[in-house]
Amino acid sequence: MNRPLLTVEHLTMRFGGLTAIDDVSFTARDREITAIIGPNGAGKTTVFNCMTGFYKPTVGRLTLDRGDRKFLLERLDDYQVAQRAHVGRTFQNIRLFPGMSVLENLIVAQHNRLMHASGFTVLGLFGFGGYVAAERAAIDKARYWLDRVNLTERADVNAGALPYGAQRRLEIARAMCTDPVLLCLDEPAAGLNPRESHELNELLRFVRDEHKIGLLLIEHDMSVVMGISDHIIVLDYGRKISDGSPAEVRSDPAVIRAYLGEDEDEAKSAGDRA
Amino acid sequence: MEYFVQQLINGLALGSIYGLIAIGYTMVYGIIGMINFAHGDVFMIGAFVALITFLVLGMIGITWLPFALLLVLVVAMVVASVYGWAIERLAYRPLRGSFRLAPLISAIGMSILLQNYVQITQGARVKPLPPLIQGGFVIMENDGFTVSLSYMQIIIVALTVILMIAFSALISRTALGRAQRACEQDRTMAALLGINVDRTISLTFVMGAALAAVAGLMFLVYYGVIDFFIGFLAGVKAFTAAVLGGIGSLPGAMLGGLLIGLIETFWSAYFTIEYKDVAAFSILIMVLIFRPTGLLGRPEVEKV
Repeated sequence: MNRPLLTVEHLTMRFGGLTAIDDVSFTARDREITAIIGPNGAGKTTVFNCMTGFYKPTVGRLTLDRGDRKFLLERLDDYQVAQRAHVGRTFQNIRLFPGMSVLENLIVAQHNRLMHASGFTVLGLFGFGGYVAAERAAIDKARYWLDRVNLTERADVNAGALPYGAQRRLEIARAMCTDPVLLCLDEPAAGLNPRESHELNELLRFVRDEHKIGLLLIEHDMSVVMGISDHIIVLDYGRKISDGSPAEVRSDPAVIRAYLGEDEDEAKSAGDRA
Repeated sequence: MEYFVQQLINGLALGSIYGLIAIGYTMVYGIIGMINFAHGDVFMIGAFVALITFLVLGMIGITWLPFALLLVLVVAMVVASVYGWAIERLAYRPLRGSFRLAPLISAIGMSILLQNYVQITQGARVKPLPPLIQGGFVIMENDGFTVSLSYMQIIIVALTVILMIAFSALISRTALGRAQRACEQDRTMAALLGINVDRTISLTFVMGAALAAVAGLMFLVYYGVIDFFIGFLAGVKAFTAAVLGGIGSLPGAMLGGLLIGLIETFWSAYFTIEYKDVAAFSILIMVLIFRPTGLLGRPEVEKV
């Protein structure tokens, strides 16, 4: 079994009187694809937002173990999550930089390395060699990912002008350019047709197997979730209701109840309890 | 004809100064969407620092002009950058995420504060600087009217062109420039890619302030007199220039600066000098009514 990469302990997030996440604990392992599923409003995206510095959790600890160093994600500022802990993220709605070319979108993701190489721009302005080499390396890396997501011919097109499916792929490529150890994808298959979502599966497997990183994904498309996940966590109303392999989760009565609704007697008794 | 050419030269020199200040307005607007009304006062501070540095250099006996000018330029840029950085840190950053008007009010307060601070510490009287760079070329002569191009005007235009090229390269080619454009388009996403957004914004203010200091030095040497209030009018005109060129656009700021400089000069030359400011600000009003995005600006897409 692979070592734990992300350990979430007792994560609770309250917004005023609303508890969006209620005491959720789970582990995402290195070199595995962990999926978080659940009905709408279950708190999936809130988990991501707590991890990437958008929200400070009310209670709980999120530990990212890179092997050599550990980071407490809830204590890092938003940019440090990517810069220091190397957690990459994509959004449910596409957030490319539409005014930049496809290639630039990938290079801007390698900002920190370039900033260091350029002596925080000062040396770079005078054309010092280290910067030129770093810039070339950044372009090589961008080209590699363009190749992987079949966008090489469109490298100079403005990102905003790409078709939807291509923008989705570019987002994943851009997140990979930040050298993440954990890649968090928020509904990567949303709006993709079956062929595209099959390609997405291939891409995510490739990332896991060849780049040897962990992936955490929120997804509604069950063909993606069941097809590629090593591990599934099910949330409902902010609580974790199931946790295990795809086969285990699929047969878990709690999950079936959450997705298909409970039958009348149970609903009634649940109502009495409340 | 000679008269026209002479005014054209004068207008270009003045326009370069406006353009350099306008870049600061436009860059800050581009990245955080606010008008930094204290920017004109950073220009004024730059001019004062330049004057003080000139006097100090004169006292300690550094009088070889090219070296003295270079030294003054560097000192003025550094000190103004510190001011620019501090203004952002103290007056704007704490209000980020507050309602839109808050940083604007804070900026106006900062502008008043800086004016009064200079007035108290330096006095309210006009400060003169003896002409340092004299002479020039006579490029046309006809009927006793000579068209002259002074060395100072050449320096102003040349330095502006060099700085513009350097800044365009900085924005389009370097990691910092890319980070600035990324922050401009989506600050949240930029942060998730590991870009330190706060630092990038600080550096934008620093760059704008450094350019304003160059403009301050040019103004000081070109006109020879400064006071604590020069930042207001120059600032508002540079702001007009930025709006005319299309706020948020770097070439637009430069183009707008040149146009405002030319309009003001030609108005003074052919109509009445008293109404030159009216002419400049009428342009602002007309641009806002008929072409709010400016000459080179993109139509603003409301972010949701």
